[in-house]
Amino acid sequence: MSAPHLDVRYIANLVRLRLTEEEITELQPQLDHVLSYIEQLDEVNVDGIEPTAHASAVYNVFRADVPRDGFTQEQATANAPHCGNGLFLVPKVVEG
Amino acid sequence: MNLEGLTIAKARRLIQAGELSPVQLVDAVQAAIERTDPAVGGYLSRDYQRARALAEKTDMTLPLGGIPVAIKDVINVEGEPCTCASQILQGYIAPYDATVITKLRAAGAIPFGRTNMDEFAMGSSTENSSLCITRNPRDPERIPGGSSGGSAAVVAADEALASLGSDTGGSIRQPAALCGCVGLKPSYGRVSRYGLVAFASSLDQIGPFTHTVEDAALVLQAIAGHDPLDSTSLDLPVPDYSAMLNHGVKGLKLGVPKEYFVEGMDPQVEARVRAAIEVYRGLGAEIIEVSLPHTKYAVADYYIIATAEASANLARFDGVRYGKRAEAPRDLADHYGRTRGEGFGKEVKRRIILGTYVLSSGYYDAYYLRAQKVRTLIRRDFEEAFHKVDGLLSPTSPVPAFKIGERMADPLQMYLADIFTIAANLAGICGISIPCGDAEVDGKKLPVGLQIMAPAFEEARLLRIARAYETAGS
Repeated sequence: MSAPHLDVRYIANLVRLRLTEEEITELQPQLDHVLSYIEQLDEVNVDGIEPTAHASAVYNVFRADVPRDGFTQEQATANAPHCGNGLFLVPKVVEG
Repeated sequence: MNLEGLTIAKARRLIQAGELSPVQLVDAVQAAIERTDPAVGGYLSRDYQRARALAEKTDMTLPLGGIPVAIKDVINVEGEPCTCASQILQGYIAPYDATVITKLRAAGAIPFGRTNMDEFAMGSSTENSSLCITRNPRDPERIPGGSSGGSAAVVAADEALASLGSDTGGSIRQPAALCGCVGLKPSYGRVSRYGLVAFASSLDQIGPFTHTVEDAALVLQAIAGHDPLDSTSLDLPVPDYSAMLNHGVKGLKLGVPKEYFVEGMDPQVEARVRAAIEVYRGLGAEIIEVSLPHTKYAVADYYIIATAEASANLARFDGVRYGKRAEAPRDLADHYGRTRGEGFGKEVKRRIILGTYVLSSGYYDAYYLRAQKVRTLIRRDFEEAFHKVDGLLSPTSPVPAFKIGERMADPLQMYLADIFTIAANLAGICGISIPCGDAEVDGKKLPVGLQIMAPAFEEARLLRIARAYETAGS
């Protein structure tokens, strides 16, 4: 089996993470190395084993659907790098 | 008032006897920080005025009345910064209290100061902080452990009576071991995670650093319990953690997992831990060798599950609602890419990329789903062991504190620092690290930690086992 490989440039783009060429050069071998380590899980026989998503067996926690106090518009936007009229401002999304 | 050797229990006795006021205690903390923190670097920020204002009106009859508690910079305290030691959260001021903070306040404690950490709690040495270096109080050339390195160092250096940290794969227990204090990771679901900036949601838990096991019980008492704001916190009664504390270990069965004494571990660490096991035998515990056969897969398993969850959790840092944003973006994609590229440090980037990869189409079954199945096997190992024994004894870390810079070039070596602590998070059980002597390295005495693990929601038993060692011979 060939050594596992993860295309850092491609994945970084998927996850909206702009990397410099130097970063890509540094991260690529490091992540391939970590990936080869992780591959040891292939040795484990997991036939018929249920996956554990969560440490405690809690499912479908419901509460009464009643309104409660939340942030005011002012509090919610207080940390925004750009806001106006009580709204978060971002670069133009739709052209035209 | 000197903070050296001052425990919560003792400070509370002094406060209740009228011999110490909460304001004097804050003064003492300030003096200790001014004297010691320039060399340690445990705190990122502190607001003495705010602490004094709280101290003046604290209800001294409450269980933690007047006790300042330092807070890891990943837990929201209203009106204070919460940077997660990241550039991407520079300027952020928390608009609300985490539930653990609400509970600390209700118990009379004073949340005070923000402690350094690995960025977004990702690391084992606190070197991934983008803000400052924290040094081990025993040797300034060495790391304090991580990711809650600041919280461990300020307690060990007597700059705080207690602190809160978070533990996703050992981030409370490992730095407690390397700095020489007590660090408790409660069972998953015992303490609310509401207001803790999420790293890996199925693994994260908040817990205390203290000087003694007795103090750890007091802080856990204050922060434990169900929270409607965190649906993963379990609705179970909270026992009195101090009631059984001094009941000893006579008649208890304590397991020693053979997989936790591996080749390559530091011989002095092994010697100190084996000596601690003999102390338990002397106290009347029955010592039994047990096996946790899937231990060797825990680190690999963790780095799939934790990074997968992290890649999803860290998607919220988009430069829109809070934090730093890249200047003059061309369009939205450029805005996201540069904000995150400039805002996150190297280790965070490594983990986001790895986590995205293991969740990506075509690899999900091979990596993520398989890892969840191996997690089941790791959990079952503990279930089987706990049929035979009441608790487990092991080293917390295979080595004492390593030197600053020593492992930074090789991420995998850094990941292996958590080899003995990670499995407890995967299984959801509770664990604690307590000091069990020193290793002498280059003329410095470096602390060694004994890890004790107990079944989920058996913190009372865990603390009782830990306390027995702490009080042995006294």
